[in-house]
Amino acid sequence: MAYVALSEAEKTFILHGVEEDFRCDGRSRRDYRPMELETALVSNASGSARLRLANTDILVGIKTEIDVPDPLTPEFGKLEFFVDCSANATPEFEGRGGSDLAQELVLALENAYESPLAFDYRTLCLIPGQQCWKLYIDILILECGGNLHDAVSLAAKAALHNTKLPRVTASLLDAGVTDLIISDNPYDCTRLTIDTVPLLVTVCKIGDYCLVDPSAEEEVCSPVSIVVSVSMRNGEAFLSGSHMTGGGAMHRDTMRNCLDLGLSIGEQLNTLLAKMLKQEEERVGPKRPKTVGFLK
Amino acid sequence: MAGNFELLSEQGLRLDGRRPHELRHIKCKLGVFEQPDGSAYMEQGNTKVLAAVYGPHQAKGMKAETNDVIINCQYSQATFATAERKNRPRGDRKSLEFKMYLEQALSAAIKSELYPRSQIDIYVEVLQADGANYAVALNVATLALIDAGICLNEFIVACTASLSKNSIPLTDISHTEEVSGGPMLTVAALPTAEKIAFLEMSERFHIDHLETVIETAMAGCREIRDILEAAVREHLLHIGSAADWARVG
Repeated sequence: MAYVALSEAEKTFILHGVEEDFRCDGRSRRDYRPMELETALVSNASGSARLRLANTDILVGIKTEIDVPDPLTPEFGKLEFFVDCSANATPEFEGRGGSDLAQELVLALENAYESPLAFDYRTLCLIPGQQCWKLYIDILILECGGNLHDAVSLAAKAALHNTKLPRVTASLLDAGVTDLIISDNPYDCTRLTIDTVPLLVTVCKIGDYCLVDPSAEEEVCSPVSIVVSVSMRNGEAFLSGSHMTGGGAMHRDTMRNCLDLGLSIGEQLNTLLAKMLKQEEERVGPKRPKTVGFLK
Repeated sequence: MAGNFELLSEQGLRLDGRRPHELRHIKCKLGVFEQPDGSAYMEQGNTKVLAAVYGPHQAKGMKAETNDVIINCQYSQATFATAERKNRPRGDRKSLEFKMYLEQALSAAIKSELYPRSQIDIYVEVLQADGANYAVALNVATLALIDAGICLNEFIVACTASLSKNSIPLTDISHTEEVSGGPMLTVAALPTAEKIAFLEMSERFHIDHLETVIETAMAGCREIRDILEAAVREHLLHIGSAADWARVG
């Protein structure tokens, strides 16, 4: 993680702010920082999204490939996550410096997406046991301003929403061999449903209180935090995984509170993301202005 | 790879509809990020590159022995940047080659005597690759260095050039032109001083043509320099408007 040097006095100030429910940037403990979202800005990828959560900048590109399903799950498609911590974010990530953090993020996402109830792998199946889609979800971290888990999961979900899979028709040839015909028309495509796709919510413990969306400074003050992955199904929030990060420990009751807070925030976040995606969809409608990207 | 089809049509237009001497559309911005000391973003056609500069700061580790400035670059390319997915963003031979070339060209531009015993880190991230990757990476690195306030002798800009079958030189080669064969020449230049800091060419053509192809690339460099300069001026007016610089113009 990007290294932030804070003195004892600064840490105490942040701690007191959290206790008063009035953080350094004026937020309460349950508030998120402002977000910007843009989709479809990488033309070489099947789907892409860029999310900026205050100073955290994430770019996700999704590439597709046709693969053979696992023999144990013949009706399932495949997802592969890859996180690259760009040295643009901090010089510590130069060379292999960011690989530990990248690995942690990949594991968190894999855990969250593991349940077929959280992500419907059947939609990626073409011919059971023979052919399926494999989606490479490549996440690029361009700037770290705290709360990477949440930002990464939001961007990944937005990119999945943006992903266009070309329509595939299969024809049966001799000896049970199937031949796939992939549509050349870029508009002849299917989209993924992302209603149940999980989001990660980091609940951070500072002093005796729990808060969401910690900034880089707040992360330094927190001994332990818990990452809760929340999947929505029929309007209800379900827990699809969780793990703890940081060196400290927390009481069972505190953990229970953290999970509850994470679930309720996850639900709000999901609604917010749906709203942002809808706005984005309207913006990229027929009267589509040029993609803004980093030129804003 | 042998050139299978012609780079110029009978009407004198290229594969993407440009005339031989035309650059692709360039858009750039300085100061895209908060954390680095300097950052910039540039689009040249469909090639999109981000750069961040950290430093000058104290050199670390073994490198601290020398008295000169240490220029440290990293070139990485997003796994989704090309049509075919790449497995590694950096560390392959092409990235290491580009890293070396970037360090080489930027050393020629940075006023090294002002930064003894210090290190300047330049990180380049290619988000979308569509030809002339090295040239765009160098141009955006120049902008990021300017944003970081590091003294340069002059703008260092790079441009590519090629030669069509009937010996007409082409500026700013796109990816389709790159892979359809034909020679490619990359020049990194200090355009006002008319100095060439770095030159690389692949494939072959007759030495008689070398002069015209280099001149084409240099003309491209001068054009890009003007665009970059305009962007820097605009950026300065924008950030300096609070201090009433706008009237200085």
